[in-house]
Amino acid sequence: MCQALAKGKVRFTEPSGEPPTTFPFMDFSPSEDHEAIRDGVRRVCVQFPDKYWREKDEQHEFPWDFYQAMADGGWVGIAIPEEYGGGGQGITEASIVLEEVAASGAAMNGCSAIHLSIFGMEPVRKYGSPELVNEILPKVADGSLHAAFGVTEPDAGTDTTSIRTRAERDGDEYVVTGAKVWTTKAPYCDVCLLLVRTTPKELCDGPTQGMTLLLVDLQDPAVDITPIPKVGRNAVVSCEVRYDGLRVPVSRRVGEEGQGFRYILDGLNPERILISAEALGIGRVALKKAVAYANSRIIFGRPIGQNQGLAFPLADSHARLHAAELVIRDASWRYDKGLDCAAQANLAKYLASEAAFECADRAMQTHGGFGYAKEYDVERYWRESRLMKIAPVSQEMVMNYVSNKVLGLPRSY
Amino acid sequence: MKVVVCVKQIPDPALPGELDPSTNYLKRDDKLILDESDSYGVEMALQLVESAGGGDVSLVSMAPNGAVGGLRTALAMGAEGAVLVSDAALAGTDALGTAKVLAAAISRMSPDLVLAGVESSDGYTGTVPEMIAGALNIPSITFAKQIQIEGGNVKVQRQTEAGYDDVECPTPALVSVTAGVVEPRYPSFKGIMAAKKKPVEELDLSALGIDSSSVGKNGARQETVQVTDAEERQAGEIIEDDGDAHEKIIEFLGELKVI
Repeated sequence: MCQALAKGKVRFTEPSGEPPTTFPFMDFSPSEDHEAIRDGVRRVCVQFPDKYWREKDEQHEFPWDFYQAMADGGWVGIAIPEEYGGGGQGITEASIVLEEVAASGAAMNGCSAIHLSIFGMEPVRKYGSPELVNEILPKVADGSLHAAFGVTEPDAGTDTTSIRTRAERDGDEYVVTGAKVWTTKAPYCDVCLLLVRTTPKELCDGPTQGMTLLLVDLQDPAVDITPIPKVGRNAVVSCEVRYDGLRVPVSRRVGEEGQGFRYILDGLNPERILISAEALGIGRVALKKAVAYANSRIIFGRPIGQNQGLAFPLADSHARLHAAELVIRDASWRYDKGLDCAAQANLAKYLASEAAFECADRAMQTHGGFGYAKEYDVERYWRESRLMKIAPVSQEMVMNYVSNKVLGLPRSY
Repeated sequence: MKVVVCVKQIPDPALPGELDPSTNYLKRDDKLILDESDSYGVEMALQLVESAGGGDVSLVSMAPNGAVGGLRTALAMGAEGAVLVSDAALAGTDALGTAKVLAAAISRMSPDLVLAGVESSDGYTGTVPEMIAGALNIPSITFAKQIQIEGGNVKVQRQTEAGYDDVECPTPALVSVTAGVVEPRYPSFKGIMAAKKKPVEELDLSALGIDSSSVGKNGARQETVQVTDAEERQAGEIIEDDGDAHEKIIEFLGELKVI
């Protein structure tokens, strides 16, 4: 085994071409707990059919009653430790919850309503002061506190170290000035986990230094929130958020000053795993709709699903979704075991979002003209699954990661 | 207050059911789930205990192969524990035999109140609850839409075609709960996890002191002699709209005397 592999950075580098030695022996026997979680989430989601999500999407309304039902059932807090009122489960169980939400037809509108509450506060749990953790986590677990995440900026997307939002120390407070984009749920969130520069990049030893994580009050008058009109997932708003001299007590800093980038890196892999599961769920519901339609739509005296031109793409999508699911399970299993899972999480995100969008596209094609009509819902799945190829990381950046970190090719940027 | 709820575990209605051609019995080999019609009884029991400020909700069920899937769902809703009667000799038991077995299990639990659904979603005989009351020699009230416990009495609003009757009887009593009168709660995540640890006591016929020849296929007084497929639904009448479709629809509804 090469050194890089031993450090958990690189896989598949055996010069002999031998199979990778780190691949775990996974147990594929059904888990009663996981089946119970799926069943429990389905029981909640069945109360919120496609019609509900179609209306919420069209009217740009946050799905409050769905959110409350999920919070009441303990599903929002499933991955928060039990001592803070959560379910104490891992990323595997959290991903199953989100997969089932998406697969119910809620798609991204349902998942994004709860996504950040499920695992977004992990940096607070891991690095926050005991006072902060005790104040925040129980409220996130019971659904009473909505939290957002603010990293991306108009001029700093994937290039996170170039963020310009800055926080200057003034006594016991930081004064935050700058702008973030794509802050999900911002108008409804009490707090936002915000990445800011506390030391200018040029004064740091490295570009990833000098950034700090703050838990800021989003409903302060110094915060200006503007929704961004977008293609889909319209029940859950994404916003541009401007911070104009927002004062944040030092006690709301998460961990040490200057270490914020390292803290958010910890959350990137689980986020990719969860997004993968959401994509998988959308793919599943799109495929289900397509199969049902292909079986029931009679043209030229026979169901259109009898035509291999329609059947084979759907069978192919089933294969691709199943393959993506296995990689998701590989990634989540590794994360929950405390193993390095960056390669698996990236691959899961790449495969699942590709498979989901392709499946949603094929579902539209299967429906013909009706696929373009809102009442059949597949266009909603199509719009929402398209997002997965862009966020939280673009497919191209995943390929960059795989090329460089997994295969050992030269870095391109 | 101790409430026992009769719950039936049935094959998932979302899957195509199948009869065993040699016996005409419904195949119950796959996973069994909580009959939705019984979830109303469970919810009603939980609400009664909650409003009484304390008490205990227990379940009783009869199912093959030690099946507990449906019981776990009801336990996840909040019931404290369950008694499951499972015995190979029970295959083919009719409604009366089922009632005798459940009554024997319930009598060991000494409840103040026994609740049941009006009828199961797979058998639909709608007779078992009253037979249980008969076997236990306690009063029964059917089609409850609202239940109150006051002192030693149970007061029930009994649903009728015209509205409801107020009916009252002393406890212990059995009340069958009309489907849809309460909103069954979703099992929460914590409820599901807690349900795994809740006690399910499995009993066989000998533990209940029941002679196996008095139940099962041999003890059944009810026999399924023939099964016929339900008549397929007709296509109905399609009215082409030439500008007067609404008149034709009104005329059609008028002929049916629904308007």
